[in-house]
Amino acid sequence: MIERKPRSKRLSRRSVIRTGLEAAGLAVLAAPWIARFAQAQGGGFDWKRYKGEHLEVSHTKGPRGDLLQKYRKEFEDLTGMSVGDEQIPEQQHRQKVLIEFNSGNTSFDVVTMALHVQKRLYGKGKWLVDLRDLIKDPNMTSADFDLPDFSQGAMDYATQADGRLDVLPLNLDYFLIYWNKELFAAKGLAYPKSFPELLEAAKALNDPKAGVAGFLARGLKNANVVVWTDFLLGWGVDPIDRDLTMHTDGPEAIEAAKLYQALTKDYGPPGVAGFNWNECQSSFVLGRGAMWVDGIGFALPLEDKTKSRVVGKVGYGVMPPGPKAQHSALFGDGIGISGTTKKKGPAWLYCQWATSKTIAERQIEGGYGAPGRTSAYAAAGASGKLTAPREWLECMEGSIKIARPGLPEIFEVTQFRDIFGIALTNLVTGGDPASELKKATEQFKPILEKSEKG
Amino acid sequence: MAGERTLDGRSGKAETEPSDRGHHLSGGGQWNRRRYVVFVVPALVVMLAVIVFPWLFTVFMSVHDWKIGQAHSFVGPDNYLALLGDERFLRSLLRTLYYGVLAVVVPVILGTFSAVIFHKRFPLRGFLRGVFILPMMATPVAVALVWTMMFHPQLGVLNYLLSVVGLPPQSWVYAPETVIPTLVMVEVWQWTPLVMLIVLGGLAALPTEPYESARIDGASEWQMFRHITWPLLLPFIMVAAIIRAIDAIKAFDLIFVISQGGPGTASETINIYLYLQAFAFYNIGYASAIVVVFFLLIVALTLLLLYMRQKTQWM
Repeated sequence: MIERKPRSKRLSRRSVIRTGLEAAGLAVLAAPWIARFAQAQGGGFDWKRYKGEHLEVSHTKGPRGDLLQKYRKEFEDLTGMSVGDEQIPEQQHRQKVLIEFNSGNTSFDVVTMALHVQKRLYGKGKWLVDLRDLIKDPNMTSADFDLPDFSQGAMDYATQADGRLDVLPLNLDYFLIYWNKELFAAKGLAYPKSFPELLEAAKALNDPKAGVAGFLARGLKNANVVVWTDFLLGWGVDPIDRDLTMHTDGPEAIEAAKLYQALTKDYGPPGVAGFNWNECQSSFVLGRGAMWVDGIGFALPLEDKTKSRVVGKVGYGVMPPGPKAQHSALFGDGIGISGTTKKKGPAWLYCQWATSKTIAERQIEGGYGAPGRTSAYAAAGASGKLTAPREWLECMEGSIKIARPGLPEIFEVTQFRDIFGIALTNLVTGGDPASELKKATEQFKPILEKSEKG
Repeated sequence: MAGERTLDGRSGKAETEPSDRGHHLSGGGQWNRRRYVVFVVPALVVMLAVIVFPWLFTVFMSVHDWKIGQAHSFVGPDNYLALLGDERFLRSLLRTLYYGVLAVVVPVILGTFSAVIFHKRFPLRGFLRGVFILPMMATPVAVALVWTMMFHPQLGVLNYLLSVVGLPPQSWVYAPETVIPTLVMVEVWQWTPLVMLIVLGGLAALPTEPYESARIDGASEWQMFRHITWPLLLPFIMVAAIIRAIDAIKAFDLIFVISQGGPGTASETINIYLYLQAFAFYNIGYASAIVVVFFLLIVALTLLLLYMRQKTQWM
């Protein structure tokens, strides 16, 4: 006798009906949003012109990828297209994208790019579609796309020297100081208003016996360079000017390195030479650090009751003024279209949606980062949906005003970070700032000259 | 005569059978050769594609100034000559040897010692042997991540355990002077069981006669180990050492995940350095030259160890 196997649950009539009802329910729930989005994003603009197309999107792993994946279904419903999106860890993503562009055929139609690392390289290779023509074309761009809504700083950051616009600004990362209000209050201290005060506060709060470091910062080679350049901007100096003049071993650079050395070596946690942002975060959420300088994207884990012991005690401080200027080091990501794709139109619709006002607002509300659109800040502040504290938003708005690129716009950014990263790590273990920076500058100069020659 | 004709294959009709047989033989031989070719060619093609071609191409790239995203030009031996003056490369070479020696010697000693122990009969021996080999089964990246958490100087469990017994906290992989010994500690934890298994296999294969003779002659346990077990085990230990040496010299995942070659360059081995050159700086030509040199070093080391194994061979 032949026994029939029980039907798979997945294929049962009941489950099909249930799934259908769930899908219908979701569609009913999403319909008003889609209608609102369609109306808000251009009235008569035909979002469904590429219905049935499939897009491949490649994200760097991180909060923005999470956000766009979370709301992907809305884009699919809006356009009738389907989207395959992947998130790959930063380093591996950069390698994969570079190799694919060199092969002359990419597996993705849309890709994200780190402006502080890949901008020049991508610009030189002309690997991405210049978006200017698409933006100008009223048939291709929704009337409510509202390009002027992107801040001038964000647009400047995304624009190549020759005027090409390879990407739209997706996220801007500002350096700030997270500070533990409880520890500050215990010592009767206020948030520092200058670099000397920063040093004084770190000294006062450093308590190795209690396992509390006065200051947390990246000490690991490569990762640490942005902390140093963040300080260097306070002396009103960029590490390398656009005309390739290096300021990396000048008096300002040495002073900034001395500050970095004092904060990390004298008031940092043991083993800070091997600390990246994740070690700093682990220490800060457990109350083992009084201050932590890093990017703005860490509000969510710090305010997560299941993971953090400093919920409600975190202060979000704008970088204090340096001796000559007040700046917050700026880093950023953009989103663009692969130059090899045959789906330029569909890909452009995705880019518009990914940088839309609605998504930008959600980016702030959910603590996913800082978008390039100016309207999103006010809208998110007024929405009452902020998951991170209002102080975080205020800090972000304060940082925008003083933001300045934290890394030089050169081809060899990674080697710059590697060579100066080693010098800075040597400072953490007791090296002399002037000689370490001089050595690193001598080492990097020929690399810079050779790479910028072509 | 007929036989001769048969052999040269020029026989008449009357001698068709032997001549046909001869024809069959030679024709069959050709057919067989063709059949061999059919079987050999795919393997040869695969070998050429996956071993020979990548190697030739690596050598080709190593004599070019080759950077991803840019045009490349022939530079002859320049990349190799640059290596001679590259202080960072030379230091990474020494670090690789330092790491390699520690990561071979310590597991071989501990593995041999534990094999001798597990060769004896005692309660729960099977269970404990199973527990002992567990680290070997874990994924290196997962192992590295777990150890990274344990090494955290402020929050890691290792410093907590040290504090419980009154010892001062250590910086583990977060200080240049302790990073390599600490990485080797993880390597030892994970790969000592492999050595133990190989040596244990060797112990099980040892002949019993020398021991019986030694006992009759009144030899002590130590004398039997020193003069019988040790020399007989040496070939097995050498096999374990060769496997460990190749593994240790090309270690990458553990170091990359735990320390990324840092702090600074304190744990930057050749593998980490060539990875940086190839996939962070995109200097493919220079990285290829490092690969070629590294390969030659591994071949030399393996030949040396194989020679030593031959010297200790008794079977």
